[in-house]
Amino acid sequence: MIEVENLKKIYRLGDSKVRALDGVSLQIQDGEMVAIVGPSGSGKSTLMAILGCLDTPTKGTYRMDGQAMEKLSDNQLAMIRSRKIGFVFQQFNLLPRTSALENVMLPLSYNGVKGKTRQEKAQSALEIVGLSDRSRHHPNQLSGGEQQRVAIARALVNEPSLLLADEPTGNLDTHTGADIIRIFQNLNRERGQTVVYVTHDSFIARHTNRIIKIEDGKIVGDEKVENPIEAGMPRLDDVLAPAHRDEGKAGQVL
Amino acid sequence: MNFFENFRIALRALTANKLRSGLTMLGIIIGVAAVVALMAVGKGATSGITSQVEGLGTNVITVSTARFFREAGSTTQTLFYADYETIEEEVGSLAKTTPYFQIQASVVNGDRQADYSVTGVTSNFASVNAYTVSRGRFITQQDNLGEARVAVIGSQTSQDLFAGLNPLGRDIQINGISFSVVGVLASKGTSGFSSQDDVVLIPLETGYSRLFGGRAFSGGRRTLSGITLSALDAEQVDSIIAKVEYTLRREHSLTLRDDLGFSVTSQSQMLSTLSSITGTLTALLGAIAAISLLVGGIGIMNITLVSVRERTREIGLRKAVGARRNIILAQFLVETLTLSILGGLLGTLLGVAIAWVVSLSGLIAATVTVDTVLLAFSSAALVGLFFGIYPAYQAAGLRPIEALRYE
Repeated sequence: MIEVENLKKIYRLGDSKVRALDGVSLQIQDGEMVAIVGPSGSGKSTLMAILGCLDTPTKGTYRMDGQAMEKLSDNQLAMIRSRKIGFVFQQFNLLPRTSALENVMLPLSYNGVKGKTRQEKAQSALEIVGLSDRSRHHPNQLSGGEQQRVAIARALVNEPSLLLADEPTGNLDTHTGADIIRIFQNLNRERGQTVVYVTHDSFIARHTNRIIKIEDGKIVGDEKVENPIEAGMPRLDDVLAPAHRDEGKAGQVL
Repeated sequence: MNFFENFRIALRALTANKLRSGLTMLGIIIGVAAVVALMAVGKGATSGITSQVEGLGTNVITVSTARFFREAGSTTQTLFYADYETIEEEVGSLAKTTPYFQIQASVVNGDRQADYSVTGVTSNFASVNAYTVSRGRFITQQDNLGEARVAVIGSQTSQDLFAGLNPLGRDIQINGISFSVVGVLASKGTSGFSSQDDVVLIPLETGYSRLFGGRAFSGGRRTLSGITLSALDAEQVDSIIAKVEYTLRREHSLTLRDDLGFSVTSQSQMLSTLSSITGTLTALLGAIAAISLLVGGIGIMNITLVSVRERTREIGLRKAVGARRNIILAQFLVETLTLSILGGLLGTLLGVAIAWVVSLSGLIAATVTVDTVLLAFSSAALVGLFFGIYPAYQAAGLRPIEALRYE
């Protein structure tokens, strides 16, 4: 369970202060699938960074499973990231010249999991995302969707309490993106995985059970989604004017 | 995350950019090779000179007017034949003594001609200086008494003037005076600056009466270039030197305050002087080579800084999935260490190869010693560590969120 109280993040740019987060409070229960929606510059990425323990708030409290996060040292935060949080990024961020299996094994190696157990865990994480037959392939031998699935397996491998996804379909075409969204939905429904899904796209957001809207560093809406869209359903505007949105955007490795 | 895994990550990162890694390593390779090769040459020269001085014969003391090192304002005295006779009386029971007078002279055999040091000696010159005769005989007392025009030549002289033919019984002209060759010395081996094998020896008395001319006399008295003593007991060398110096002061009416004006040195003194010179030389060569190693280290640091910059997002990702500070630090340190240690290995091989080629060329017998290799190798590793620390700290200190967003 995640409890955030009056969270503030203030950046200094020269003489001026930028309030990226300006008093955010929210709770996310275990097993929820939540979308955080907002335009660029709204503070949703900052919120995600703090929820993911990549960054610390200037003010406010953040408790995950009852543990206070805001005062932890860099190394303690690294340990929390390694044990409790899985990240999926828009740009996949796979290590080049490194097999899918080894990419998935990376968080395990930082978590002290040894040799054979490490391989088995990574292999079963790849099975969850349906890529067990691709484990020896390198990122440049995989399609964009496959790369993102490797990234999801990497995020899952330490069995995190919280799976954080930051625009994971942003670099994928609509069809492949739907596959990725379906994976998140299945993880949430079948395994009770808590998912926080950051996006600017309200159509994608409606695939989740709850939408938190954020603007100018403040929460401006928090509503339940009664009938989440099933992944693979067409967009209304795609039906009316089938344009090839987001197609052919290349994925990126580091 | 153990060392082996870090090493594998390092190798992967380094092989990803082979040309760059190779060029970076080249700096270290050249530095280490220079250290190994130059130290080997230095040590080779040292041991060459040392073995030559040792070749003079053990327990040898030389008395000469010419000093090895002249101090400013020192006065030079003339060494008389009479001094030799007095010294022989004083220390003859403790050491074999032999006088000599040396000139530079042109020596001719037919159409072959060269300048040599021609030394007038007595019959015990060979035993004092540890020369042995390989063919014929040495100069005898009889030769001196009879002022015989005979000569004993060194093995190199024999090679130069007779080109392998038997010189015994043949005549050579020294400054136009004919001498008959009666003996050839065995080679003492040459290494270092001057050979002991390109000598021409004649009877001292013959020299005084026929060859040396007026320069061998001072005030009507016979002079000497030097006296060589060979102590019968190595323990006695220092007391013999003291006695000789005392005798010379007495004979030349010098008080203890006066500058002696002679050099009375034992071989071990000369050896320590020489080895301190060549030691300094070797250290200097090593220091010059170390500078190139330093430059190589700066190259490593430079390229690692670039690499940290390029792989900022990778570092961000590693941190995001749980890598702690020290793990990132170790990852980059292992990378620079791998470069420098591999460079150290290749550099050592190259240095040994260079030393081998130098030895083959016959200039100097370059000797690669274990401590040279260890020194070069460990300084390469130290350079890698030292110049790797700053970039590694930079990488380790990156904030994960900023690193992930780095374009």
